[in-house]
Amino acid sequence: MNNIKTIWEANKAIVSFTIMGLILLFVGMNQSWALALGIFNMSLISAIMALGVNIQWGYAGLFNVGIMGFAALGGVSVVLIAQQPVTEAIDAGGMKMFFALIMGAITIIGGIFLNRFGVNKWLTALLVIIGYLITRYYFSEAAELIEAVDPAITGYLGGFGLPVAFSWIVGGLAAAGAAWWIGKITLGLRTDYLAIATLGISEIILYVIKNEDWFVRGLKNVFGLPRPVPYEVDMQQSDWFQSLIAWLHKSELQLLTQSEQVERLGDYVREAAVVFVKLCYSGLFIAILGAFIILSNLALNSPWGRKVRAIRDNEVAASAMGKNIKRQHLQIFVIGSGIVGVAGALLVTYDGIFIPTAYQPLRFTFLIWVMVILGGSGNNLGSVLGAFIIWFIWIQSGPMGLWVVEMLGNNMQDGGALLEFIEERVHYLRLVFMGTILLLIMRFSPGGILPEKNKEL
Amino acid sequence: MSDSIDIINALALLTNFVILPGLSYGSQLALGALAVTLVYSILRFSNFAQGDSMAFGTMLVIFLSGYMINQGWTISGVPTALLAIPIAIIGMSIYLLLMDRLVYKHYRGIKIKQSIVGITASIGVMFITGGIVRFFLGASAQRFGDGERFIFSVREFKAFTGLQQGIALKTSQFLTITLAILLVAFLFYFLQKTKTGKAMRAYSDNKELALLSGIDPDRVVRITWLLVALLTTIAGTLYGLDKGFAPQQYHLLLLPIFASVIVGGIGSPLGAIAGAFLVAFSEILLTYAYKKFLIYLLPLSMHPSSLVQLIGTEYKYAISFVILVIVLLIRPTGIFKGKVIVDE
Amino acid sequence: MRVLLGMLEATSGSVTLDGNDISMLSTQDRIAHGLAFVPQTKNVFPSMTVEENLQMGGFIRNDDISKTIDEVYDLFPILHEKRKQLAEQLSGGQRQQVAFGRAMMTKPSVMLLDEPTAGVSPIVMDEIFSNILDVRNAGMAVLMVEQNAQQALNIADKGFVLVSGRNEHTGTGKELINDREVRKKFLGG
Repeated sequence: MNNIKTIWEANKAIVSFTIMGLILLFVGMNQSWALALGIFNMSLISAIMALGVNIQWGYAGLFNVGIMGFAALGGVSVVLIAQQPVTEAIDAGGMKMFFALIMGAITIIGGIFLNRFGVNKWLTALLVIIGYLITRYYFSEAAELIEAVDPAITGYLGGFGLPVAFSWIVGGLAAAGAAWWIGKITLGLRTDYLAIATLGISEIILYVIKNEDWFVRGLKNVFGLPRPVPYEVDMQQSDWFQSLIAWLHKSELQLLTQSEQVERLGDYVREAAVVFVKLCYSGLFIAILGAFIILSNLALNSPWGRKVRAIRDNEVAASAMGKNIKRQHLQIFVIGSGIVGVAGALLVTYDGIFIPTAYQPLRFTFLIWVMVILGGSGNNLGSVLGAFIIWFIWIQSGPMGLWVVEMLGNNMQDGGALLEFIEERVHYLRLVFMGTILLLIMRFSPGGILPEKNKEL
Repeated sequence: MSDSIDIINALALLTNFVILPGLSYGSQLALGALAVTLVYSILRFSNFAQGDSMAFGTMLVIFLSGYMINQGWTISGVPTALLAIPIAIIGMSIYLLLMDRLVYKHYRGIKIKQSIVGITASIGVMFITGGIVRFFLGASAQRFGDGERFIFSVREFKAFTGLQQGIALKTSQFLTITLAILLVAFLFYFLQKTKTGKAMRAYSDNKELALLSGIDPDRVVRITWLLVALLTTIAGTLYGLDKGFAPQQYHLLLLPIFASVIVGGIGSPLGAIAGAFLVAFSEILLTYAYKKFLIYLLPLSMHPSSLVQLIGTEYKYAISFVILVIVLLIRPTGIFKGKVIVDE
Repeated sequence: MRVLLGMLEATSGSVTLDGNDISMLSTQDRIAHGLAFVPQTKNVFPSMTVEENLQMGGFIRNDDISKTIDEVYDLFPILHEKRKQLAEQLSGGQRQQVAFGRAMMTKPSVMLLDEPTAGVSPIVMDEIFSNILDVRNAGMAVLMVEQNAQQALNIADKGFVLVSGRNEHTGTGKELINDREVRKKFLGG
């Protein structure tokens, strides 16, 4: 017994990842490979997000309650970069919108400058208000013009029509920019302020996305985002893919008649095409996740990383040695949020559709948090492991809950109404479930599964 | 409409659409903000579960008042929810004390950054509470007020004063403002004059010295949660009577509530109230469409054609955020210099 | 000092007060038994008035505390004058008086002072020492830890010189001041 414990202590990481892999293999063989790969891919994206949050929380104790907002910024940039521009909309209101935005920028920058050079406060305020009113006038007019252009399909400006890979970088930069602004204001003050400010900004980002139809179509969603990997339909029709699948199932197909062969092969090809596309994504996500992990480990072992760890382990001593904690924290916050932004862009790329209502604080902010804390805050591998475990539980807990309810139902004579009620609402219990997991880990295993050495809360 | 300048009607309009809604919304925020400030002063963390706790308290009221209406235990003209509040407060107290026992208590005993652990734990509690509320009531909006909707309606007011512009006083508004005044008076009396209230202030001021003076920390914490239950249930119910109940709406109330607390100065009860009214009135003044108001005040030639609305209503939460940011930039301690409790 | 108060556990020995063993009691119970403590720093409730500070000192008493408050005011008349003011608005010396007064509210038999003069100016220091004498004259035993040995021993009835946790010298204040070894080691000749 003792022996097993020591082996577990020494090889925790390997053992837990192996178990997780086996579980996914089991799902693949028993349910379907497409499902297993779907979970795998989403876990990878979540892992990237968790990595970003872990850098903030684990390295610097920064509390980001606005993960959702940063991920949404990544998603928006996919639309803005990769979609084709809508020329009619640009002709209709593009110039006006451009003018309005410039006017808005001038108002903000002008206000800051006037304030800095000590111009009379009331005069400054008056000028800012006038600037705002002009901006708003042109803005609403432009928005109306743009939104009127074929609202059922477009009604927005579209994007730049660039390769989708650019959007990942832009998504990261957008999130990093927002983080810089928030961090600049709240870092250096007490922890609570950063938490509250991130919560606020992420809700506001969502409000803008949902309400400004001219921007990314508001609640109407954006469909058909370009992909970095082949489409299933193309795969099904390509000769080499068909012959590859035929070759893979050679022995089985030989036993069948001609017509059966065609039919069966068709099934296999369709199935394989889905799996193949998912595998392409997997490769892509693994590469990106791996790159981030390698980079962050390199960074942690550089002089910069030593400084980070010094501050993390003892803030007071580090500041006494003249380390600029605020600047350091700002850097970490910006980098972490940038990674979350990239992951947000990857997620929308993977979905191929941008749905603003999908951004729920539970699904993003909270779930990612549980991943980081379960895995072991401060430990990058831990975050990845946490992402896999929690995502798996998240996906499987819905069907499991329903299954339990149905089992109960079979054993109950009446109470159908009650059952129906529970069935309808059971998915809300996932909130309770995840909250409980978080609290249990915090209480009984604050280090998580793979604890970072020398790390205290 | 007349084409002359009409100040009285303009003021009546403003009273109906800005002042009364502002006062009642401000009172609701103030009660929520007081609860946050109490938890902050005594337990030293920002309670992210406040919005969802308000939803929980309201849920209890909805169930209880539903039951009472079924049983016919109503008083005509009075919203049954009002009668259900006292029992709901007891339920809320039990829930909060249970959460304290199961979640927060453990961390008070160990040397740890209370603010960070408190936030993390309260976010856990926030999701659990939100999940329970959504499970029982669903996520969609609903109304639960019964009884008279108005103390006096627009029509009655017009008939009484002969003014062209009417003012209506909704029952919910009247209740909100009255109950808030009573509750705040009680809270201040309690904190300033009673021995227990003073002990709470002493504990918040200097924890170690309070222990040396023989103040029982567990009792202080317990009473804090009881007060929080009182404020939270009433704030939640009043907000629901006024604007309807929707879990997500309550969850988002966190933003204006935190803005109120920080604007007023974290840990300062007076500040929380001042902050709440500042936030409430900013929200309403900035999203109100001034068209009709200006029509009353300006000669015909200058009548505006657009709505003259400064910010779209959909961005009302952004306003509390902007206020928050401005305060953090200019004066992080808030108007009534709040306690800046250093991370312990 | 923290061991005496029960805020730290004793490694050996026991704490007795008036012959009663109080080693097993909690801090609150020890205070009820007649122990009082004035910490070195943060020894008042800053955002409460002088009077409220005194009331908090008497928190565990269920009888009428107004007489004790009057006694404190008699001892430190300035506090009576400023009883409605917040403690944070007082000067350093006055704040120390509030701290003493707060500790006296339980009518303790022993009052523990933790370095009462640490980090104050010499003038305030004199004021504090005279406050301490006032407290003693009001009939309380005062046990204080003090690094300003010369002045402390001057007013002390009994002194202990602790060297790395062990009691090296014991005697009345006068005896210790005149002890050659103590002078050489601790009082600078």
